[in-house]
Amino acid sequence: MVRVEKGLARRYRQERNFKRLGLGAILLGLLFVSFLFISIIANGYTAFQQTFVKLDVYYDPEMIAPVGETDPEILSAGNYGGLVKATMRELFPSVTNRRDKKKLYGLISTGASYQLRERVMQDPSVIGQRESIWVPADDDVDMLIKGHIDLNLPESDRRIKDDQLSWIQGLQEDDRVEKRFNKTFFTAGDSREPELSGIKGAASGSFFTLLICLSISFPVGVAAAVYLEEFAPKNRWTDLIEVNINNLAAVPSIVFGLLGLAVFINFFGLPRSVPMVGGLVLALMTLPTIIIASRAALKSVPPSIREAALGVGASPMQTITHHVLPLALPGMLTGTIIGMAQALGETAPLLMIGMVAFIVDIPGGAMDPSAVLPVQIYLWADSPERAFVERTSAAIMVLLAFLISMNLLAVWLRKKFERRW
Amino acid sequence: MDDVINQDGTVARELKTGTDAEVDMQSTNESQSRGTVGDIYVDDPRMTCRNVNVYYGDKQAIFDIDLDIGKNQVISMIGPSGCGKSTFLRCLNRMNDTIDVCKVTGQIKMDGQDIYDGALDVVPLRASVGMVFQKPNPFPKSIYDNIAYGPRIHGLSDDKQHLDEIVETSLKKAGLWEEVKDRLDQPGTGLSGGQQQRLCIARAIAVSPEVILMDEPCSALDPIATAKIEELIDELRENYTIAIVTHSMQQAARVSQRTAYFHLGKLIEVGETDQIFTAPKHRLTEDYITGRFG
Repeated sequence: MVRVEKGLARRYRQERNFKRLGLGAILLGLLFVSFLFISIIANGYTAFQQTFVKLDVYYDPEMIAPVGETDPEILSAGNYGGLVKATMRELFPSVTNRRDKKKLYGLISTGASYQLRERVMQDPSVIGQRESIWVPADDDVDMLIKGHIDLNLPESDRRIKDDQLSWIQGLQEDDRVEKRFNKTFFTAGDSREPELSGIKGAASGSFFTLLICLSISFPVGVAAAVYLEEFAPKNRWTDLIEVNINNLAAVPSIVFGLLGLAVFINFFGLPRSVPMVGGLVLALMTLPTIIIASRAALKSVPPSIREAALGVGASPMQTITHHVLPLALPGMLTGTIIGMAQALGETAPLLMIGMVAFIVDIPGGAMDPSAVLPVQIYLWADSPERAFVERTSAAIMVLLAFLISMNLLAVWLRKKFERRW
Repeated sequence: MDDVINQDGTVARELKTGTDAEVDMQSTNESQSRGTVGDIYVDDPRMTCRNVNVYYGDKQAIFDIDLDIGKNQVISMIGPSGCGKSTFLRCLNRMNDTIDVCKVTGQIKMDGQDIYDGALDVVPLRASVGMVFQKPNPFPKSIYDNIAYGPRIHGLSDDKQHLDEIVETSLKKAGLWEEVKDRLDQPGTGLSGGQQQRLCIARAIAVSPEVILMDEPCSALDPIATAKIEELIDELRENYTIAIVTHSMQQAARVSQRTAYFHLGKLIEVGETDQIFTAPKHRLTEDYITGRFG
């Protein structure tokens, strides 16, 4: 008894230390995650706002088209760039020097002329009239307003020069500068101009890619798992297949990209950069995950349920479709969603099949060239403009939001359909 | 599976004495078949088993069993753990088919038809030889669907009304109707252990089998639930042939007309239940029922 008591203190101490170790690991993990989130959000939240400048545009019939013109072709051919420039000159009549004028025009995004064109195409009756319109500022101005430009630097090191500063100040005093919600970020495709770029192209590319991926990998994965778990004889061949499936799950994803390049693009002649090929490649990549998760789900169905079904005379097929599959489905779906989340965040294999191209158009289907979200992040992270830094973080936030909601869906499914025996 | 032959020292010693005893019995000519003491035959058999051997891979679990199972009778199978009684029971509706390494030889006939005949389909066999398992295993569905599942897959009901009738009569026969008639749409897994087991019996009855196999149906239940099930077994005897595996000798004595004693995969003694429990002929049987081992 005395000996037992002597050892007790040590045992309890060990237990406490073990607990502390686990707690420490969790805290460390949380610390890293919160650091990641804080840095991304701190960097990126400003991207959801964009600086706009109010211009009093006179829709000059000489520059666009005569009053009353409605032919879209003639309307779209108008000199809208000139319109923006004329408006700017009007705002700052003191600027006469050619070089200064160029600097002045640089305050406004090139997107402003598209915006004016759209306005006119929509409502040709504005020609010959004057109206106030908010147009996006250039990304450098945007950065200045958001405080990302250090004014203590010498002028030559700054993207915004001293005279530009004074003009912006003039605009601000006139209440012509305002930060507004950046709708463009969610409605536009990629662009060379940060203020005109958005994630919609990449998001739709990701959507089509995942759609293809899901519609291939889920049925194939579940069918393979059901066959291996329920029908296949247990012999050397099925062992070999099982080992290979586990191996496939560990193959670096870029290898799948090479495979896709060789098989789908070079051999089958599918086009490059399209979600179809991306989806096929990611389907190959997620298959092992889905098969392994589905098999685990099938295994976890208690044998007593199978026996019960067989005992009342159900055929093996009926046992599986009526009892085993419904019980295993939540687990299978969870595995599939996690596989999809993995596929959504995958970049390397898509680089191999050309989904890294600069694509401005928003894809309308699985056969249109497009980028995907993680590749878009990669492309923006590579761009030198300061404004792309915040857009990169913002795109990461959008991607993380998708991933977290997919994982939450998986957790919810598991909780909802969890059964007790 | 609890039917793995356990060959530790004590059991091996018993086996030795057992073999000696068998030789004694055979010499006195009381045995009618391969070392089994007592009368393996009945006048009106529902199932006849001859020379049944079961192997799990290389291991033989059951040796040369001959046994008749009489109509509208309850036969109980008793014996120590791992003696092969459950394995034998599972041969009777070919549940052992689901185990890959399991091989059954010999002949088991039901109403004159060999159930291991390649031409015989296992689905109708299992419909006519129902089974109740050790642990209550209702489907995670409603009480109604639990009962209706069998009739549905076998197409036994003409319409919804007929199906309702089948469910009601099955539950009544299983003595569960009064307890659950107001909550047929609730999950079967929400019932108590004893109710679940009676639900499983009702599920087996619903496909109108001729034989019901019960594999230790009360081992997971409390005494009150056990008493209810035993009562039920006694009532069911009128319409069904029942084979029950049990660990409880009192239960065997209470519910069965015939008792078979298994030991290490061999059928040692069969006889009228009263005779087995009052005047066992074989020394192993006597040792077991008097509690000297088991």
